[in-house]
Amino acid sequence: MASISLKKLNKTYGALTVVHDIDLEIADKEFIILVGPSGCGKSTTLRMIAGLEEISNGELVIGGDLVNEVPSKDRDIAMVFQNYALYPHMTVYKNMAFGLQLRKASREVIHRKVQEAAKILDITHLLNRKPKALSGGQRQRVALGRAMVRNPAVFLLDEPLSNLDAKLRGTMRAEITKLHKRLDATFIYVTHDQIEAMTMADRIVVMKDGHIQQVDTPQNLYDRPVNMFVAGFIGAPQMNMLPSTIERRGDGYAALFDGRELPLPAHFDKNRIEPYVGRELVIGIRPENLHELPPADIASENLAPFDAVVELAEPMGSEVHLNLTAGGRNLIARVSPRFKAKIGDGVKLVVDTTNMQLFDRETERSILY
Amino acid sequence: MSMSNSTAAASGAPATARRPAKTMSRRRRQVQNALVAYSFIAPNFLGFAVFTLGPILFAFVLAFMHWDGSNAITFAGLDNFWRLFEDKAFIAAFWNTIIYTAVSVPATLACALGLAVLLNQKIFGRDFFRTAMFFPYVASLVAVAVVWNMIFNPEMGPVNMILYTLGLDPKDMPGWAADRHWAMVTVILFGIWKSMGYYMVIYLAGLQGINSELYEAADLDGANSWQKFLYVTVPQLGPTTFFVTVMLTIQSFKVFDQIYMITQGGPGTSTLVLVYHIYNEAFISWDLGYSSMIALVLFFLVLAVTVVQFRRQKED
Repeated sequence: MASISLKKLNKTYGALTVVHDIDLEIADKEFIILVGPSGCGKSTTLRMIAGLEEISNGELVIGGDLVNEVPSKDRDIAMVFQNYALYPHMTVYKNMAFGLQLRKASREVIHRKVQEAAKILDITHLLNRKPKALSGGQRQRVALGRAMVRNPAVFLLDEPLSNLDAKLRGTMRAEITKLHKRLDATFIYVTHDQIEAMTMADRIVVMKDGHIQQVDTPQNLYDRPVNMFVAGFIGAPQMNMLPSTIERRGDGYAALFDGRELPLPAHFDKNRIEPYVGRELVIGIRPENLHELPPADIASENLAPFDAVVELAEPMGSEVHLNLTAGGRNLIARVSPRFKAKIGDGVKLVVDTTNMQLFDRETERSILY
Repeated sequence: MSMSNSTAAASGAPATARRPAKTMSRRRRQVQNALVAYSFIAPNFLGFAVFTLGPILFAFVLAFMHWDGSNAITFAGLDNFWRLFEDKAFIAAFWNTIIYTAVSVPATLACALGLAVLLNQKIFGRDFFRTAMFFPYVASLVAVAVVWNMIFNPEMGPVNMILYTLGLDPKDMPGWAADRHWAMVTVILFGIWKSMGYYMVIYLAGLQGINSELYEAADLDGANSWQKFLYVTVPQLGPTTFFVTVMLTIQSFKVFDQIYMITQGGPGTSTLVLVYHIYNEAFISWDLGYSSMIALVLFFLVLAVTVVQFRRQKED
C-alpha cells in the first residue's frame, strides 16, 4: 500500500517559517500521531501531506512517488476534518457517495461501498438524513465513512475528536483504533490531546514550534523522553521538575534537592552522569513515583524518603492527587485514597527513583537518553 | 407607581392580598413596555399609513371608479376591468413586462454571481473592480441613461463604430433604442448593467460565508473547479439566490425609470411596460380609475410570482 516519507519538509509564510526541516518515515499501515501544543505546526504538516498547503521546501514521497506537485485528489488519501466539513445540502448517503461519483464509479459499486461503510460505522439508519439533523458523534462517523468509501491508502485525521464530549471521545478513540486494524491503511492523526496520542498510536511524533522533538512508541516516549518538553507534555498530571545537584556517594551517585538526598539507581549509565557531578541539573519525577511508603512486598529497591507540605488534595476516586510544596517548589504526588492528609500537614512520602529523569539545565536535553 | 402599590399592599393588607397587588403591577409594567415600543414604531408607521397604505387602499377602490382627477368620482363597476381586454397597449405592456422580467432576472443573476465569483478571488485590482461594478447602481439614472443613449446611438455611437470596424455591414447594424426589434434588448442590457453591481455585493457576502473546509473536502473528493462551483458554491448560495431572485423579480415588474429615459415605451409599443402604461393612463390621459385597475393587475402578478417563489424555496 503506502509508506510515506517526509524529507526536510518546510512551510514558510513570507519571512515566517512554521514547519522546519521535518524528517519522518512512516511505515505502511502504521498509525502515527502528530501531537503538540497549538501552533506547533502539526496541522500544517498534515495539510501539506494532504496537498491543501503547498510545500515550501523539501520532498514528500507517498508509496515511492514524489508527490509535491500532485493534486490532492490523485494522492490516494482521504481526510477527516476537525469540523467534519460535510456538505450541508447533501444527505449522508450523498456525502459519502460524492467522491465516488466524481470518480465515475458505477451506481452499483457506489451503493455497495456506501452500505458497507455505513454498516461498519453503524449509521445505516441515518443515510437519508442531512448533516444538520445529526449529533456531533454521528457527523463524525459520517466524516469517517466519507473517507472510507474510497479505500484510500492513507487516512489523514485532523483533530477529529476535539468537538466531542469527553465520554464520546473515549468510545470514538477505541472505534478509530479498531477501524485502523480493520481497514489496513496508514493513519496519520493530528491531536493536541496526549491521551489520544498515548492510547491510539503505534508511534507518536511530538512537535513544538515547527520542530520534531521526538518520534517513538508511546511507552518509550513516556519512559525515555529526550528533553524536558516531551517529559512535560506526555503524561498527566505533569512530571515534577526539580532543580538539583549531583554528588558522588561511594560507588554511585545521589541527586540533592533542598536537603533531601535521592540515590540514583545502579542501572543509570555512569559515563553519562559523571560529567555532571557538582553541577546543577533538573530531575524529573512522575507523580506516580512520588507516593506513600508501599507495603514491603511490592516496594521497589530504589526508594528514597521525601517530605513535603500538603497544599491541596484532589480525590480522583481510585487515587488522590496531592498538590505539595517542598523547597519552594510545587509538586504533585499520586497516593492511595486511604492515605489521610489534611491541608497544611507535613507528610512523609517516598520517591521511587527507578524511572527518574535527569535533564541538562541549559539545553533541557535528557542526560540519560 | 408600581413601587407605591406594592408597599401599600405589604404594609396594610394581610399576606393573601399581596398576590393580586403584585400581578397588577406586573400587568401595568407590561402595558408600559408595550407603550414605549409603540411610541418608537409610531413615527414610521404614521408615514407608512399616510403615504403608502392609504394610497394603496384608495387605488384598490379607485380601480372600480371613473375619475379624471378634478370632477366627481363615479362608480364604474367592472367597466375598467373589461376595458383591459380591449386595450391593445395594455396587452402589449403586459407581455413586454413578462418578457423583460423573464430575461433580465436570470441574466442579472448570472452576471452578478459571475462577477462575485471572479472578484472573490485574489486578483490584482480587486477593490477597484468591485467599486467599478458597484458604481452604476449608485450613479444617477438620468445621467447614466444620457451617456447610454450616446454610446448606443445608431449613427455615431461607439458601439456601432466598433461593430463597423469588426466588419458588420451598416445595413445590418442594430438600431438599438430607435429600432423596434432592438429597443427591448437595449433596455434589458441597461437594466442588467445598472443593477448587477448591487447584487454582486450581496453574492460576495454570501460567498464569504461559505466554509472553506467544504472546498478542501471537495478537493480531496476529486472535484475540479467547475464541479466545486456546481456542488458546493451554488447550493451554499441557495438562500442568497432566493433573496436576489425575489428582489430582482419585484424590481423588474416595477421597471419604469430607465424606459422613461431611454425609449418612452417606444418605438410603437415595443418597450411599453405596465408601470409606464399606468403612468400614461394616470398622468397623460388623466384616467385615474383605469390606471388603478392596471396597477391592481400588476399587484396580483407580483403577488402570484412571489408566492410561487416562496413555496418553491420551502420545498427545497
